[in-house]
Amino acid sequence: MIISQLGYYSLIFGLLTSIFIFFNSSIQLKKNNLVISNKTFGLIGFQFLFVFISFISLIYSFIISDFSNETVYNNSHTTKPLFYKITGTWGNHEGSLLLWLLVLTGVLLGFIFKSSNEPKNYRLLTTLFQQIIVIGFFIFVLKTSNPFNGIFPVQTEGLGLNPILQDPALGIHPPILYLGYVGTSIIFSAALASMISNYVNKSWAKNIKFWILFSWIFLTGGILLGSIWAYYELGWGGFWFWDPVENVSLMPWLSLTALLHCILTLEKRELFKKWTIVLCIITFALSMVGTFLVRSGILNSVHTFANDPSRGIYILTFLLVLVLLSFAIFIIYENKNFTQKSEIFTLSKETAVLINNWFILYFLSVVLIGTIYPIFLDVILDEQISVGPPFYNKLILPFLIPFVLFMSIGPSMKWIKTNFKIGVKSFLVIVFTLILSFITVYYIGEKNMFVLLLFVGFFYLLFKSLEQFREKTKNYAQIFSHTGFSLLLISILLNSFSSKEIVKNIQVGESFTLKNEKIIFKKIAVEKEKNYESIIGFFEVLDEKNKIINLQPEIRIYNEPETATSEASIKTTLFKDRFITINIIKDQNFFNVRYQHKPFMIWIWISTLIIMLGGMFAIFRKNKEVNI
Amino acid sequence: MSENQIFTDFKVVELIEEKQINFNKVLFGKKIYLINIWSSWCEPCKDESDKLLELKNDTSIMMIGINYKDKKKNALNFLKLYGDPFDQIFIDKQGTISINFGAYGVPETFLVNEDNKVLKKYIGPLNDEDVYEIKKITNN
Amino acid sequence: MFMKSKKLLTIKILIIFIFISFNLKSIAMASTFYEEQTINITKNLRCLICQGQTIHESNSDFAESMKKYIKGELENGKTDEEIFSSLVEKYGQWIVYDPGISRNTLLLWALPLLLFLIGGAIIGKRILKKI
Repeated sequence: MIISQLGYYSLIFGLLTSIFIFFNSSIQLKKNNLVISNKTFGLIGFQFLFVFISFISLIYSFIISDFSNETVYNNSHTTKPLFYKITGTWGNHEGSLLLWLLVLTGVLLGFIFKSSNEPKNYRLLTTLFQQIIVIGFFIFVLKTSNPFNGIFPVQTEGLGLNPILQDPALGIHPPILYLGYVGTSIIFSAALASMISNYVNKSWAKNIKFWILFSWIFLTGGILLGSIWAYYELGWGGFWFWDPVENVSLMPWLSLTALLHCILTLEKRELFKKWTIVLCIITFALSMVGTFLVRSGILNSVHTFANDPSRGIYILTFLLVLVLLSFAIFIIYENKNFTQKSEIFTLSKETAVLINNWFILYFLSVVLIGTIYPIFLDVILDEQISVGPPFYNKLILPFLIPFVLFMSIGPSMKWIKTNFKIGVKSFLVIVFTLILSFITVYYIGEKNMFVLLLFVGFFYLLFKSLEQFREKTKNYAQIFSHTGFSLLLISILLNSFSSKEIVKNIQVGESFTLKNEKIIFKKIAVEKEKNYESIIGFFEVLDEKNKIINLQPEIRIYNEPETATSEASIKTTLFKDRFITINIIKDQNFFNVRYQHKPFMIWIWISTLIIMLGGMFAIFRKNKEVNI
Repeated sequence: MSENQIFTDFKVVELIEEKQINFNKVLFGKKIYLINIWSSWCEPCKDESDKLLELKNDTSIMMIGINYKDKKKNALNFLKLYGDPFDQIFIDKQGTISINFGAYGVPETFLVNEDNKVLKKYIGPLNDEDVYEIKKITNN
Repeated sequence: MFMKSKKLLTIKILIIFIFISFNLKSIAMASTFYEEQTINITKNLRCLICQGQTIHESNSDFAESMKKYIKGELENGKTDEEIFSSLVEKYGQWIVYDPGISRNTLLLWALPLLLFLIGGAIIGKRILKKI
């Protein structure tokens, strides 16, 4: 009760501090001294502290199950394990927005710390713009989504947390994702600041690169965790559904990836200034669009915590204000910043980066249009259409082949000008790629020419990336992320073309086969846990070598709120996952059993980790010769 | 099936005598046909039954029941308990007949004219307003 | 003579046996073919009463009926296109995950491609100015 009050007032103080910082930095901008007063640093620190206290209070309220708090009452229950009480804090609309605010103020604090050698006005202006966002979200939280609303009379028991959200991967998914998602705010603020302070140059690129990489790594990690969760929790073995909510996390990721390549060019050659700034703005705008779509309840999905139109309208208005603001700044300061134009040679790394951006932005437009077009069609013409995997496959896959080919040769381009020589080695790589692709396609029994082309492209990228290990000056960041990306594409392709599955309605004691494997339904058991009851099916799989593999899928019946979920049982090996789920059939003593072979599943996760590793190399590489 | 659409013919099996017949042959001789998808395990179907019995009194309507994913014994029991509003009942053991109508589940009601054209579609149990609307259509 | 007829009988039985087993095999093959085809189709259909699931993934009554219905239609010799279009007629465009090209979706398909061309033109102009 008191803790909840503390959290609330801490938020109010946070808002007041923000307003104060806003005016304080505006005043300091006009002064001629070269350093920022210590007061500003102190204020930024306090602002973060206030939000932090608020956040901790909410976690504490969840831990002690303080049901005088409406958020806790709506989303928690005393029988929930401690871990899920804590993760329940951000598993709802109000709490997750508090997390937004925490990251928003946290990245500003981090930025101020890391930019001590940067010009005063640039730092102050970044603070100023960040404050606009912070204040906007403070008001949003306090007006529409206060996590510390009380309820009277005080309840003795909560309503519980949605069982499918009670999962370790999903517990840490939001914080990781938000670090990436909200991290883009500082990129936005810094981009506007750099334009006004006429600082769009190499030093700025060096400074902001850290935050781009930071957001990119966390966003990648967040998406990865979400995917892993979907794979084993949603129960049908998929990991990416082109669901609008997945799309809204993919969009900023794509634009961050484009930005990442641009900022390195800016750092090296002072090129693409205008475009880099535009990308910074787009990236954050896409994060906001995502928040708007998820929070407004327009989307029909598991992520929709609350359907409250006023929240959506607030975010949309706020987004429009920010976009118009940045647009105006862009127009006003355009000529000041972007006068001279350097020459670009056709065969150069600069060209490669441009082509990279061209394709990535195309992919981005496919995802964006595919996500929002149905919404517009529904509103304007009252027609409902579904835009699903077939749409994305048709528009993305054909473009992936030229994209990976450019990606394969891009890194071996030199800055300014490249002279291409085609040696015996490159020829051997091509021959090897072709042979391996033919073998793969033959092995998975796919006769489609287009699939062969995809494999050729993906394998070529893999070998060209690995080839970089032999260069004298190795750029590990690029090698790892590109190798990871090619592995990811190969695993996804193999996975989608050679997955096998069988669905049977059987009783205990019966068995069925898939390929050379025999699956036996041994027995069924019922167990009672703290917050759910579970029906466990015991299955034995005899593989082709007659080795026994045990699988125990479950049906869980959670008590608060009462919901049944199907828990998959998965045995992972290097080359394939065995994936089994069971379901009860109404009024019958059969069980519906779905057994799947999911090849190369683990490689999808591993390759994404390799991509992230590349990002980390880039962060920790100290001012050495940069090569992308 | 969305409204104003005409459905093509398919075979159905009668509940009591278990005789197979083309559905188009069923739609004959009346002005309006009410097709109701129901099941003995469906709770809202119980609340709906008196609405259907009320409509049965309207002689211009032929009442057709589609018994959805049910057991014959339970279905007959249900009719005994809550009354039988139907002129004819067909079984849909697998739920596939209902797909032919474009239905989502139970209960669901369609109003069809003699040209196999769907006039109205009601998802979920019928309420008083729906009954009023149906009566208005038949009186025209 | 006796021997011969016995031999004949054996051959007959053998033939029948082969025929049966062949037949059984082809029935089994056909049924897995329809099952696989059903999976392919239901992967592209939205489970209308679920949240963001395909018919294939869902175990709801509606989805289960739909799977049987589609398998039946395939066995009746219907093509994929016929099945899709009849379902769209019954349930609306919302049921298929592939929006297809129509008056309403022309922009959906064309807009990204148009942007790609525009982007290409801008980049081409920039880098091909001087060769």
